[in-house]
Amino acid sequence: MNTLILRTVAPVLTALMLLFSVFVLLRGHNEPGGGFIGGLIAASALAIYGIAFGVSAVRRAIRFHPMAIAGAGLLLAALSGLICIFAGVPFMTGLWIYPEILGVEVPVATVMSFDIGVYLVVVGAITSIALALEQEESEPAEAIGEQPPPVRVKRPRKPAHKPKERG
Amino acid sequence: MAANVSALTFIVLFLPFLGAVLAPGLTRLLGDKAAWFLALAPALAFLHFCTFLGEIAAGEVVTGGYAWVPSFNLSFSWFLDGLSLTFALLITGIGTLIVVYSGGYMKSHPDQGRFLAFILLFMGAMLGLVVSDSFFMLFVYWELTSITSFLLIGFDHEREAARRAALQALVVTGGGGLCLLAGLVFLWNITGVTQLSLLVHLENGLRESPFYLATLILVLAGAFTKSAQFPFHFWLPNAMEAPTPVSAYLHSATMVKAGVYLLMRLSPVMGHTPAWEILLPFFGGITLISGTLLAIRQTDLKLMLAYTTMASLGLLVMLTGFGAPHAVEAAVLYLVAHSLFKGALFMVAGAVDHETGIRDVTRLGGLKAAMPITFAAGLLAAFSMGGLPLFFGFLAKEEIYTALAAGNPRAVFFTALAVVGNALMFAIAFAVGLKPFLGPRVETPKQAHEGPAALWLGPVVLAALGLLGALFSGLAHRYVSSPMASAIVDRRVTVEIAAMPHVGLPLLLSLVTITLGVLVYWRLDTARALMVRVLENLGPGPDRGFDHLISGLVRLSGAVTRFVQPGRLEIYVTATFILLALTLLVPPFVFGELPGMPNWPEKILVQEAAFLLIALIGLIAVLRAADRLTAIVSLGIQGFAVAVIFLLFGAPDLSFTQFMVETLSVVILALVMTRLRLSPRDHRPVGQMLLDAVIAVACGLGFTLLLLKSVEAPFDNLLTDFFNTYSKTIAHGANVVNVIIVDFRGTDTLGEIAVVMITGLAVLALIRVKAGRRVAAEDKQGGRP
Repeated sequence: MNTLILRTVAPVLTALMLLFSVFVLLRGHNEPGGGFIGGLIAASALAIYGIAFGVSAVRRAIRFHPMAIAGAGLLLAALSGLICIFAGVPFMTGLWIYPEILGVEVPVATVMSFDIGVYLVVVGAITSIALALEQEESEPAEAIGEQPPPVRVKRPRKPAHKPKERG
Repeated sequence: MAANVSALTFIVLFLPFLGAVLAPGLTRLLGDKAAWFLALAPALAFLHFCTFLGEIAAGEVVTGGYAWVPSFNLSFSWFLDGLSLTFALLITGIGTLIVVYSGGYMKSHPDQGRFLAFILLFMGAMLGLVVSDSFFMLFVYWELTSITSFLLIGFDHEREAARRAALQALVVTGGGGLCLLAGLVFLWNITGVTQLSLLVHLENGLRESPFYLATLILVLAGAFTKSAQFPFHFWLPNAMEAPTPVSAYLHSATMVKAGVYLLMRLSPVMGHTPAWEILLPFFGGITLISGTLLAIRQTDLKLMLAYTTMASLGLLVMLTGFGAPHAVEAAVLYLVAHSLFKGALFMVAGAVDHETGIRDVTRLGGLKAAMPITFAAGLLAAFSMGGLPLFFGFLAKEEIYTALAAGNPRAVFFTALAVVGNALMFAIAFAVGLKPFLGPRVETPKQAHEGPAALWLGPVVLAALGLLGALFSGLAHRYVSSPMASAIVDRRVTVEIAAMPHVGLPLLLSLVTITLGVLVYWRLDTARALMVRVLENLGPGPDRGFDHLISGLVRLSGAVTRFVQPGRLEIYVTATFILLALTLLVPPFVFGELPGMPNWPEKILVQEAAFLLIALIGLIAVLRAADRLTAIVSLGIQGFAVAVIFLLFGAPDLSFTQFMVETLSVVILALVMTRLRLSPRDHRPVGQMLLDAVIAVACGLGFTLLLLKSVEAPFDNLLTDFFNTYSKTIAHGANVVNVIIVDFRGTDTLGEIAVVMITGLAVLALIRVKAGRRVAAEDKQGGRP
């Protein structure tokens, strides 16, 4: 599926889908949407990017290990519940504040940060599974690491520049 | 004042744990001197418990505690009466000496800090056990003593024998602990209380309960395993693999007495029944005799002592359950005497081993001149163990014979047992405390000389206490024996026996015991040879049985695992779906709950029909697909059609999710296919295909029936109305679905996303296992895990 059309469209499509996923996440409280759906959309976006450009490109693009993203999400969600300790209300009670930003009253809630946590967990977990599956067994080691590989066009099935040690 | 004492007691109960935390660091800092500082923890605790002596002797009890889990009526509470106070004093007092002794014994051992930490950890657990008021607190501490005992026996973990002994002790005492837990739950259910202090003073009808016998057997299983009663005794001699301070402390003076403690504690509520008075003396008597006979056969100093410890525990159990007047007093006296002399003798054996490098009694001799202080301590302790007049062991023995000797056959039988047992123990006492020091000097691997103060302080103090306790028996009885005996029988009793011999039947029996003992000591080698022959003819004992049991268990679980997990994915999937189909189909047929024919809708919109048709086409495409990849993509067609149908029926959130899940599952399934390197086509034989088709259709049919049945019932609007009404007002959100997910049922969602995350991790791990060596190599290079 490494076609020219896909590789031309993929960056735009991915960006749009990611933007859309955030939109879906934020509107979720009042309209159809939410963290779960948003997360799935974002994961699909990254999957498309991965199909077009290969796994290491995605890993570079998201900077963090997908599992770290999922972990951060879980932490955020848990903290959104735990913050209730300081307010003296039961665990997971939604807390709302209404700060004025640029003259507009913006409702901010622990419910929202919780939903963002859900979003991150879903993106992280699914992306990490998809990337691990997409990863060619012969792909170079640094594909998993953070350091950027030399700039080159990724050809998934081509043997790597490192000696192969198939497991 | 009372609150202060409570807080202080609470702190004291945690002192040993604090010491355990500090031990490794302190040892690194101070080296071999650390033990002297660490001994402060038990010493302070000892002093604190001493302050209660007067109060307890006056017949009062000290209680205190804090709520722990109030909703379950669990509390962290303690209860000090004569029984628990005596135990607490023994644990902290002997514990202080043992910590000091360990410092000398483990001198310049690289793991000394860890050893001291374990010893202190055990001390904290044991202390908690005896002062616990709540059953469940007692149980937690009980198990903690088993675990720390495991750590200590296996301390020398590089030797296989030590590992085996540790595991064996843990399995036996841990298994007994589980029985005890069941017994305690029974006690709780029958009486309705969870506190020992309430239980003891309650008219609770425990003995009349139909569950009395079950409770008794469970509690006895716990106590007998812990106190090494026949046939669970085998772990105790094996536990001698531990360094000697451990044997002296855990496996003679304290931990093994936990079972006896429990029996004494429960005797006011469970005792005085035929079952109690048969089971306890019976098992105790067998343990006494078999322990002493096995001890005679040994030549290793520690093993001789270990078997006599087992015998002594048997004697204690026998006395606790005997039921005659004075029996409990005898048990109390013997328990205290035993802790003192056996602790001392173990430490003497350890010192001899430490200074000569040999523990074999037949290869030791003439150490009198080289180790005079150790010799004195050993001799004093042996006098007490042998029950010679003027020593505490004598008081105990007089009281034992006073209790046992009576005219009826049962009493005569048990008296005979006690005389034989005591005589053999007399012989062993001198074989350990006297024999290595007398006679001509024998060459030993190390040049023997007196050890440092740390090595002889403990035995000297304990042995001297055995003498002083008897000389000032009035004082000892007033503060220790009488309160403890009173606590066990639950009414005031006074122990009066004095150190001076007075003419009577007990003295006569004592004389018989001593004569017999001297005889056996004189012909010890003959007796040993005799026992070796007898035991060889008896064949393997329960120790071997344990090995067979464990290897049998391993084989059984291997067989079960191989049956349940054959390792082929097809089998798992087939089994899962067969079970699913059965679960869905069998109940409706058996209970006649089949749904009726659904009403055909009056009009179907064109678009609804169209998407149903698309779903159907997708299904046919799956069935007709030539290769697997096509089948997966075709499955997506059907999924999307269903998603649209959800949308048409007003469930946008559900539909959205369905869309995304379908997309991603097609992507992921396709990736899995390429990864697994399956052949692109399906090569199942026709028979297999038919079977799979039947299972698939059965599952589908089952789900259809289930759905039809559930929509048949009238729809309950309660929740819908609640969420519609309150979603906006209390949760500030209009999208009810999302509000439920993130607010109303937020805690559920938190759990779910944790599951998502863990699933991701698990999948990742599985994929990387497949990747194998490459990943391992890359991790070694410091690559990202």
